[in-house]
Amino acid sequence: MKDQLYQYILGIADNSLILGQRLGQLCGHGPSLEVDIACTNISLDLFGQVRSYYQYAAKLAGGDASEDSIAFLRKEREYRNVLLVEQPNTDFAYIITRGFLFDVYHELFLERLMHSKDETLAAIAAKSIKEVRYHRSFSSEWMKRMGAGTEESHRRVQDAVDSLWRYTKEFFQPTEAEKAMAEAGIGVDTSSFKATYDQHIAEVLQEATIVVPTSPYFQRGGKEGVHTEHLGYLLSDMQYMQRTYPNMNW
Amino acid sequence: MQDDKIKKLEERFEARIAADEKIEPRDWMPEKYRKTHIRQMSQHAHSEIVGMLPEGNWISRAPSLRRKVALLAKVQDEAGHGLYLYSACETLGISREELFEQLHTGKAKYSSIFNYPTLTWADMGAIGWLVDGAAIINQVPLCSTSYGPYARAMVRVCKEESFHQRQGFEIMMTLANGSPEQKEMAQDALNRWWWPSLMMLGPTDAESVHTAQSMKWKLKRKTNDELRQQFIDQTVPQADLLGLTIPDPELKWNEERGHYDFGPIDWDEFWQVVKGHGPCNKERLGARVKAWEEGQWVRDAAVAYAEKQSNERSLKREETVIQSKAS
Repeated sequence: MKDQLYQYILGIADNSLILGQRLGQLCGHGPSLEVDIACTNISLDLFGQVRSYYQYAAKLAGGDASEDSIAFLRKEREYRNVLLVEQPNTDFAYIITRGFLFDVYHELFLERLMHSKDETLAAIAAKSIKEVRYHRSFSSEWMKRMGAGTEESHRRVQDAVDSLWRYTKEFFQPTEAEKAMAEAGIGVDTSSFKATYDQHIAEVLQEATIVVPTSPYFQRGGKEGVHTEHLGYLLSDMQYMQRTYPNMNW
Repeated sequence: MQDDKIKKLEERFEARIAADEKIEPRDWMPEKYRKTHIRQMSQHAHSEIVGMLPEGNWISRAPSLRRKVALLAKVQDEAGHGLYLYSACETLGISREELFEQLHTGKAKYSSIFNYPTLTWADMGAIGWLVDGAAIINQVPLCSTSYGPYARAMVRVCKEESFHQRQGFEIMMTLANGSPEQKEMAQDALNRWWWPSLMMLGPTDAESVHTAQSMKWKLKRKTNDELRQQFIDQTVPQADLLGLTIPDPELKWNEERGHYDFGPIDWDEFWQVVKGHGPCNKERLGARVKAWEEGQWVRDAAVAYAEKQSNERSLKREETVIQSKAS
């Protein structure tokens, strides 16, 4: 049970860690100063959430575990994030679409996690939800601007939606830890809000004049630690200091 | 007659500055005052946003979550400073696009310090401690400069900079008290950033072309050499506290002067970097231009969307008017 709770927390937190890392790479390179600041803000929110989750997980794990050992010293196959969040910053349309497809899920997920029987998780969710509502609103507005903006922006964002769509079903395919935690009233049964998710996504895409993809082919594996090739590079960058200079205080 | 009138305006203008009154955007000001302020404020704004790059270089590799968050927040503060300084500059009748254009074509300058590479994590400490430290010495007097929007922006900038400086010093302290490898990393960073930090305070007084005018307009309160001495006097005891050695064999306390004496600065290196031939000038400017060019379609989309929204709103308003007239 304790091990499943630990795995469950990593599953939630790793999404924020990897997406936060991706957004952090943009800092200083945004299309305008305002957007740069907004993307950094979102990254900061996500890292703040990560720290709360990992501190809790470290307490459960005991021993020498710390937020940093969990963040930096696992192997690629031990990260539990969904494939969507590790996808690269191809262009601004991909960045926003990746965020949007995740943010809608994240908000609906936290709204439910707030009612967890686990007080710590409920408290982290209650704090995070306010931040994530802003993330969802920011990415939704940009989906509309790009979709209904110019011909070029429309083409780019449609391309990003078509390409990233295959990673959207994984949210709703539960792992063993997720099933056990949902049954115990600690975790969230994500299948319960799949229809709401689809509806929210469709509403924004419709307003953005973006066609909802109909491809029946989806990818999965991140939650079991089977990732896309992108994650290894992200991790070797992120883990560089901890791997090169082990056991030091920074 | 016209000349007389301008002369009177100028006299009154100078008297207001002498009386410590603030000049505001709508006030009359000599053309030279406006141009000098655009030059200095935009140079300052450009330094903030180019300055995001060397530190941004370590966000993805920060060694702990706490350090990552602090660094992200710090670099974000620099973006914020850029934003208020560009806005303050715009009050003088120039657009942000024009200012970026000047940066991208090399017409406007930014602080040369950012043309040095950040090679290790300790550089994040050294930049906070030394570069932000030197920046504060340059900037604190600007909180009471004559141009109102600039002075007010600087109050906020300085508060955040002093926080950054403490944060940088704390990184250095952690390294200096850490493993031998960490201490070596800290010393190496000090060796590389010391001299460029001294150069940040500007050319020697003999070669500084703008000093006299800037003093009059309170864009400057002390000369470059005075500021440099102040920076050295303040920083040497801090290095002692860290147990690190400042890379200047001639550095020595001078009892008579009440200041530290220091060795000669390599001004050839300074001018080489200012003229665009430093280690990273091409990369820094290249990164700014790339972000701007790749962001063009995004900014275009935002403008097109806003126009469509506003057209739709006017259309709806008109429909309502027509309907109410018909009924």
